Amino acid sequence: MIVELGHLALVLAFAVALFGTVVPLVGAHRGWRDWMEAGAPAATTLFLLVAFSFACLTWAFLVSDFSVRLVYENSHSAKPALYKLTGVWGNHEGSMLLWLLILAGFGATAAWFGGNLPPTLRARVLGVQSAIGVAFAAFILFTSNPFARLPFAPLDGRDLNPLLQDPGLAFHPPFLYLGYVGLSMAFSFAVAALLEGRVDAAWGRWVRPWTLAAWTFLTLGIALGSWWAYYELGWGGFWFWDPVENASFVPWLIAAALLHSAIVVEKREALKTWTVLLAILAFAFSLLGTFIVRSGVLTSVHAFATDPTRGVFILLILGVFTGGALLLFALRASALEARGVFGLVSRESALVANNVLLSVAAFVVLVGTVWPLVAEMLWGRVLSVGPPFFEAAFTPFMVALAVILPLGSLLAWKRGDAARATRTLLPALLLAFAGAALAWAVGTGRPILAPVGTALAVWIVAGAALDLWARTGRSGPSRLLRLPRADWGKAVAHAGFGIAILGISLLMAWEQEDIRTARFGEPFTLGGYTFTLRGAEEVDGPNYRSLMGTVTVTRAGRPVATLHPEKRFYPVARMPTTEAAIHYGLWRDLYVVLGDPQEGGGFALRTYIKPFANWMWAGAVLMALGGLLSLSDRRLRVAAGAARAPAARPSLSPAE
Amino acid sequence: MRAPALALAAVLLLSAPALAVQPDEILSDPSLEARARAISEGLRCPVCRNESIDESTADVARDMRLFVRERLVAGDSDRAVVEAVVARYGEYVLLRPTAEGANLLLWLMPAALLAGGAGIAWGAVRRRAAAPPPAPLSEEEHARLRELMGDRT
Repeated sequence: MIVELGHLALVLAFAVALFGTVVPLVGAHRGWRDWMEAGAPAATTLFLLVAFSFACLTWAFLVSDFSVRLVYENSHSAKPALYKLTGVWGNHEGSMLLWLLILAGFGATAAWFGGNLPPTLRARVLGVQSAIGVAFAAFILFTSNPFARLPFAPLDGRDLNPLLQDPGLAFHPPFLYLGYVGLSMAFSFAVAALLEGRVDAAWGRWVRPWTLAAWTFLTLGIALGSWWAYYELGWGGFWFWDPVENASFVPWLIAAALLHSAIVVEKREALKTWTVLLAILAFAFSLLGTFIVRSGVLTSVHAFATDPTRGVFILLILGVFTGGALLLFALRASALEARGVFGLVSRESALVANNVLLSVAAFVVLVGTVWPLVAEMLWGRVLSVGPPFFEAAFTPFMVALAVILPLGSLLAWKRGDAARATRTLLPALLLAFAGAALAWAVGTGRPILAPVGTALAVWIVAGAALDLWARTGRSGPSRLLRLPRADWGKAVAHAGFGIAILGISLLMAWEQEDIRTARFGEPFTLGGYTFTLRGAEEVDGPNYRSLMGTVTVTRAGRPVATLHPEKRFYPVARMPTTEAAIHYGLWRDLYVVLGDPQEGGGFALRTYIKPFANWMWAGAVLMALGGLLSLSDRRLRVAAGAARAPAARPSLSPAE
Repeated sequence: MRAPALALAAVLLLSAPALAVQPDEILSDPSLEARARAISEGLRCPVCRNESIDESTADVARDMRLFVRERLVAGDSDRAVVEAVVARYGEYVLLRPTAEGANLLLWLMPAALLAGGAGIAWGAVRRRAAAPPPAPLSEEEHARLRELMGDRT
């Protein structure tokens, strides 16, 4: 019964979304005030209906109602409760419902906090957002109904893919979707601005919080996925340039570009058309990412949902929204007149360079990702584009970005002084060379990557610190804490980028590996650590069986860690997984993987020393933290500019 | 207890091995082995989803790893080994696409995109630098400004 109510709520949501699209848009076009105002309650209703529908599906999973096909196929009564919950979105239908829920949630925030927007702009934003809701509600109802029942309820379910029964991956999709779908707000604002024929500083200020939030979530989502791959897939890889990874990385790059160009719109009323175009592209690439994941058109580790009709439907959504928005852009972009004037050496120019590098890098990743498809269609060549291509083609853009970042962020708006910025950054430059020399002296093997990565990282981090310092002026460190949060956000996010560069380059340059047949009690050494396999025994988990090894690690005779690498077998899903044992450390991770028993005794054992691995995740977390700090700046509070509407409700500011 | 343990061991053995490169595959000559690993990282396992044969636990990946090592032991150069693998398994296994024919487009694309993007940006920045400064505030805007600033101007 509850399941049917959920289904009904989804049907109602579709109808409400249709209403919420047509009425406000027509109202804004005709100037009918009451029609325009219907947008906000419609957005709230849509959100409540989808939330109810999602709650019903969650309930079915929690109580293991196996008469629902989706629950039967993706759950099992013995599964831990946490994974019953996360199983809701660990499958195609449920994850699309989560997508719709987040979409409606973002629309509702625009309805709740958008009281200060000009009424026509607000109506158009809500209308466009609602139109995306129509498309996805239809997609779910017509191709991916999560509420379908089975004629006879089986006794137990088929269990969730064991790889997904993991805390890292359990929360990876919600964060990614918050990012993907958050970009729909930027898209809705862009289309609304084109319909209005007007983009101004206030528009830039409005777009930024949602883009910042989306980018922050996307950063965390990507980092979670990467961390999961690191500890779960069994050899400590953290990025594979897999189509599905690229599908989240391309919107991330475009969103990063959009964040920066929206600042120029807000502060200087320039780059308007470009910013609108980026906002459209960012969401278009999110949709494209959804298409790639959901259609399984490019084979990848993530293709747990492959169905051509669904692919065609999403392609249709992608075509209608992107095509429509780009057409509108072509027709109306000339109406967006730039006003700000700036010199060749200025913050604006530096941000233009940032945008060129980020968006070209995004296109390079995109083209590389779809190239196998293109080559097969056009020339009948079946080929692959893998990590070697992406590393060669993508890295130079990040190096260039890292080089100009500290300089650009120190230049003044309108007309900058390059010589002065360089003088301020001199200490950072010296530190960077010192860091490179240190890495050169310490390092062995792949000599160039470590010093270059270290130099860039030190340059960025020291540059961010000097930037903050320069901002305090003559009043000294006491002003440091009173700087606007946006300044802190900028410095922290940039430093995070530098630290991530450090982690990635040192890990890739200095990783050490050992593969051997380890016999019980026979020690071996790797990178100054002594590892000994003590034993291996069978252990029963809640819904799996496991072969668990015990490995002791010592360094110079002193114990460091006892590790338990596992090989698990999930009988219901009939799938084995490897669980690497990792000893996390500030300077290195010790990473041990248990293999098969060998003829003649002992077990195959893979051991790695992974230097600075944690710095990658720390860098990503710092970037996200920088985003949150910026988001909490007074300037971006949604009630900012409330002078015109003194009745604005400050208690509703989202980011206090 | 004995029987289930054996059954578990059997299940674990029958299921895919947990490691990619097995200890028994490793060549005794470390420099040859290092070359084999480097070559393996650039070859795609044909039955897996986007894994190199160095990472894959599939049987065919093991066959390919052994084949690579056989050729190396027989004295082939790295290039000759890769060509032998491509002759057997097709262009699909190359994770680094060749720079031949249409793939030249792929390899030239980043530089071309950068040149195009930089050109457009340069033009836009030049136009902005040369643009006339915005018109001064109109009387209406002055009035509005005074109102907002509470006569502080």
